[in-house]
Amino acid sequence: MAVQIRVTVNGSRHEKEVEPRQLLVHFLREELGLTGTNVGCETSLCGACTVLVDGRAVKSCTQLAVQADGAVVTTIEGLAGNGGLHPLQQAFWDEHGLQCGFCTPGMIMAAAHLLAENAHPDEGEIREALKGNVCRCTGYHNIVRAVARAAEGGGS
Amino acid sequence: MIGSSIKRREDPALVTGKGKYTDDLALPGMAHAAIVRSPYAHATVGGVDVSAAAAAPGVAAVYTGADVEASDIGGVVPVGWLLPGIKTPAHPILATERVRYVGDAVAVVVAESAAAAADAAERVQVEYEPLPAVTDPRGAADEGAPQVHDEAPGNVAFDWELGDRAATDAAFEGAALTVKADLRNNRLIPHAVEPRACLADWDGTRGEHTLRMTTQNPHLHRLLMTIASLGLPEHKIRVIAPEVGGGFGSKIHHYPDEAITAFCSMQLGRPVKWTATRSETNLTDAHGRDHRSLAEMALDAEGRIVGVRVVTHAAMGAYLSTFAPAVPTYLYGTLLSGQYDIPAIWVRTVGTFTTTCPVDAYRGAGRPEATYVIERLIDLAAAEAGLDPAEMRRRNFIPADAFPYQTQVALAYDSGNYEPALDRALELADYAGLRREQQRRRVEGGKLLGIGLSSYIEACGIAPSAVVGSLGAQAGLWESAKVRVHPSGSVTAYVGTSSHGQGHQTTFAQIVADTLGIDIDQVDVIEGDTREVQFGMGTYGSRSLAVGGSALARSLDKVIAKGKKIAAHLLEAADEDMEFEDGSFFVRGAPSKARAWGEVALQAYLAHDYPEGLEPGLEETSFYDPANFTYPFGTHVAVVEIDPETGEVELVGYTAVDDCGNQINPMIVAGQIHGGIAQGVGQALWENAVYDENGQLLTATLLDYALPRAHKLVSYRLDHTVTPCPHNPLGVKGVGEAGTIASPAAVANAVVDALRPYGVRHLDMPLTPERIWRALRNGEGS
Amino acid sequence: MYPAPLEYVRAESVDEAIRLLGERDGAKLLAGGHSLIPMMKLRLAAPTAVIDIGRIAELKGVCPTDGGLTVGALTTHAEITRSRELRERCPLLPEAAARIGDPAVRNKGTLGGNIAHADPASDLPAVLVALRADVHLQGPGGRRSVPAADFFVDLLTTALGENEIIVGVELPIHPPVTGSAYLKVEHPASGYAVCGAAAVVSVEGGRCTAVRLCYNGVTAVPADAVGVTEALVGTSLGNETIDEAVERHLSIDEPLGDTHASGEYRVALARAYGKRALKRARDRALA
Repeated sequence: MAVQIRVTVNGSRHEKEVEPRQLLVHFLREELGLTGTNVGCETSLCGACTVLVDGRAVKSCTQLAVQADGAVVTTIEGLAGNGGLHPLQQAFWDEHGLQCGFCTPGMIMAAAHLLAENAHPDEGEIREALKGNVCRCTGYHNIVRAVARAAEGGGS
Repeated sequence: MIGSSIKRREDPALVTGKGKYTDDLALPGMAHAAIVRSPYAHATVGGVDVSAAAAAPGVAAVYTGADVEASDIGGVVPVGWLLPGIKTPAHPILATERVRYVGDAVAVVVAESAAAAADAAERVQVEYEPLPAVTDPRGAADEGAPQVHDEAPGNVAFDWELGDRAATDAAFEGAALTVKADLRNNRLIPHAVEPRACLADWDGTRGEHTLRMTTQNPHLHRLLMTIASLGLPEHKIRVIAPEVGGGFGSKIHHYPDEAITAFCSMQLGRPVKWTATRSETNLTDAHGRDHRSLAEMALDAEGRIVGVRVVTHAAMGAYLSTFAPAVPTYLYGTLLSGQYDIPAIWVRTVGTFTTTCPVDAYRGAGRPEATYVIERLIDLAAAEAGLDPAEMRRRNFIPADAFPYQTQVALAYDSGNYEPALDRALELADYAGLRREQQRRRVEGGKLLGIGLSSYIEACGIAPSAVVGSLGAQAGLWESAKVRVHPSGSVTAYVGTSSHGQGHQTTFAQIVADTLGIDIDQVDVIEGDTREVQFGMGTYGSRSLAVGGSALARSLDKVIAKGKKIAAHLLEAADEDMEFEDGSFFVRGAPSKARAWGEVALQAYLAHDYPEGLEPGLEETSFYDPANFTYPFGTHVAVVEIDPETGEVELVGYTAVDDCGNQINPMIVAGQIHGGIAQGVGQALWENAVYDENGQLLTATLLDYALPRAHKLVSYRLDHTVTPCPHNPLGVKGVGEAGTIASPAAVANAVVDALRPYGVRHLDMPLTPERIWRALRNGEGS
Repeated sequence: MYPAPLEYVRAESVDEAIRLLGERDGAKLLAGGHSLIPMMKLRLAAPTAVIDIGRIAELKGVCPTDGGLTVGALTTHAEITRSRELRERCPLLPEAAARIGDPAVRNKGTLGGNIAHADPASDLPAVLVALRADVHLQGPGGRRSVPAADFFVDLLTTALGENEIIVGVELPIHPPVTGSAYLKVEHPASGYAVCGAAAVVSVEGGRCTAVRLCYNGVTAVPADAVGVTEALVGTSLGNETIDEAVERHLSIDEPLGDTHASGEYRVALARAYGKRALKRARDRALA
């Protein structure tokens, strides 16, 4: 029943047996202990679980772990890569782009994808790019500012 | 330090994914619970057959209400706020005879994995005999409506009134102008992005229970677990709030689920974790609002308000949730004077049981509902009297020189200065320019422009014993803080509030560092753990800074007072001659005779030659009971555009000028306003919990319940005025709910303002494109 | 939140996928997963097995053909949005694909998965009908092609036969002077179309030679405004002509409704957005 998969997560290679039904987000959280990626809904609409798979933002609750076999996954824990802060993480801190912090990892990963595609987005583009990520605390105002600031600083 | 926007100390962990929320935690031997819930709004429960579930792979146990009854735990969740004559039907944590809303818990499955628990939960067979549902707060009180509880005839939980009815009726009789509206305050689902969760860890050998859970108020949860749900001694329960991913009220309340999880752990003698799915939170997290109000305002010939009369039916849902009775009464009726000098007010609130999820405090809790009533009425009156809404408000403001001001609905406003906030908001929004543009479009065509004002008042810092006691409440909500000075001079502060996004680690540390003249890195703040913190009431009602911060300030005063005694001893001076400034104790008039903070701290613990009567150590605790509520206020201006062909509405501008008194960290203050605005805009334009006639929640997932999203909102323009609170040591008032209190009315007023040329005088929230489209076609009465 | 237990098999080719489907009762094809997995999490779908076709190279990408362009079933919405070929030769499809969900959804969701699910509020069905696209299917009996207009049979129901799989969509080449537009009123919760209007307009010598107007979100299958089309061919597509054609000839039977927007309102949106989409398509044709 279990299926063998090989994935590279935050630079580390993992070979694991997974239940076919296991979602990528549960694999990251439960098998690898990477609990920075959160689950906020079950309809692929809150974005809290957003990670990068092969460089692209995806909702890790809407992908089976087995589908990620062979993929390179980056989560919030591995975004900076060097133990410091990624420019987006720094900007979210500087601009008060988070309050309770639960949506933040997914929000930052979605923003990382945006900046990889569009290094200098305007406010409208930032808002559009984050439409799949729900934040209930900030009213998005400072999140938008944080992403803009990260972009100004040469962001990701 | 106080008044500076220093960056939050919470954030490095949270932006790197290192924050540990309840569901992130695991304990050795941990099992997982899945709760079986009623698919019916109202039904009698026959047999519950758990055999198939119990036999499913990986299942450790299945429990029903009968198992709870057979145990020696209390097994119910109580209501924590009573009113005269209130009916308080029992709320068992697992239903046995009857279920009363979709989501009511009937059984629980515990298994080796969350997935196995979910699989087995589907195999629990429950025999239901459906009964008719009732979902409307007003309709529930109608004759012949299905009865939710036998002990509450007519579904009336309470029937409460405030104010002088005769005087109000007389005011209406003599009025030059009256306006009336039948208002619906739409039901909302809180949607903290982190779902509720509990990790229960029973230690049978010690008889101790540790509950890590999503809570805004760990001590209250512990108390309610003790007295009603578990029956364990209070000192044998430890409630810990790990990182909590937002609450907005939904994590104040004491629900069955966490108690069920605790019960499972006790039965099995192993840790058990339960984490709600989003559908579960939407079905069971106490909803907000859900009022139907007949509201009237009477005015004299000069447009001055002479009376306000309101009859509100407020849904309580299937059971009385923890603070539910307080919300549409003490937190609502008392706010119906708004910012206005109103000589006669009468309000009656009927709380009704409905076969829906319970309703309780949700961000703003009563105050957005009150603001909506008053601010809609004043706009209706302005339109009727032919006055500009800004002028209408100005004409009725309580004058700045009239404070303290006693309202007709029990509250004594301690301070206020409303006109400068209105003026600044109008200026910042370019109100005059907007009105010109609106006029231009009314002539030339194009999208309809609407401008809406909301001049709100908030009573926060709940709840001073003296005030709520006078209204019949059983408890006040003071707060505690302890300041522990370590021998090296660094400080740990223990506060009874419980941050879940508000940044207390930062704000409270600023207060400590500023007061003691030490570096902020020398200060730690501990909250959210009943073993660490003496007792506390938690974080809600915009109370943490005004009440908890004040307790902290009081404790710091005591620390300094004792420090002065120690310094006086060291300097061989008299206690009363000592001063403390910038981290230094010195003799008044002789600043060179001084002892630094660190030296005094050390001596407090060395203490080898203390005089008689001076105790070693430097640690002080205060239990601060505020003298009054605090009364933040402000004016918000919302600007909307409406497509006249389709009714589509877009928020295009939002200006907020708030007065929350002194600000400790303006960055955090602004963040609270931003988030509050978005939530209120959500209520006005999108959010709506809808039950069908069978009591099925049609908006149980994010596919149907519309949350505010980035691309639908704008950047907000903010400013503030500062009118310090006169009765607390920091002069602070609270800001957590201001945005949510003001913004629904501002947006609703803006939409109606846009539609006025079409003869529209009122529309209910949420102001969906379809509702607006119908109004555009039909005008008034649509 | 936890899908029911299932078997997972990966198909390396279309033939293998068809064979695997035939061997397993209750199996479902898994491509991007954005229609299927949400249903599995809510346990509204509980396939006994999923056959992962996500790695079948022959199903990916945009290819020129004799008659036009083929888009492989596994092409993601993001790839469609970015495709230079499509943006130049068939801009309506990328315009609509860019309105699906959000960036993360578009990075995984595929053309084939989207239309196989046949959600009436999805963004692609009406667009494919308006483009006169053909859906290429392959099954145990070989390949066949179904016009998009016939592919969508009913709510969540397609012309896909037993053990058949969508291999791609073929888009015919537009006449030289053609413009198109996709306008959408988004559901505030789900982001799906409350009303999505797709218009394609071709002009020659100042006269409309061909026009098509189709809607998502309004009816169980894409609503093809045939009456409007007939009224507009041969006209000069003036604003008033368009308005009048839509007012007089748009007829929508059995519109869908929910708590957010009733059927009656969706028809009103269809009227307003039909006119707007046609005008924008015309302007683009003439630009």
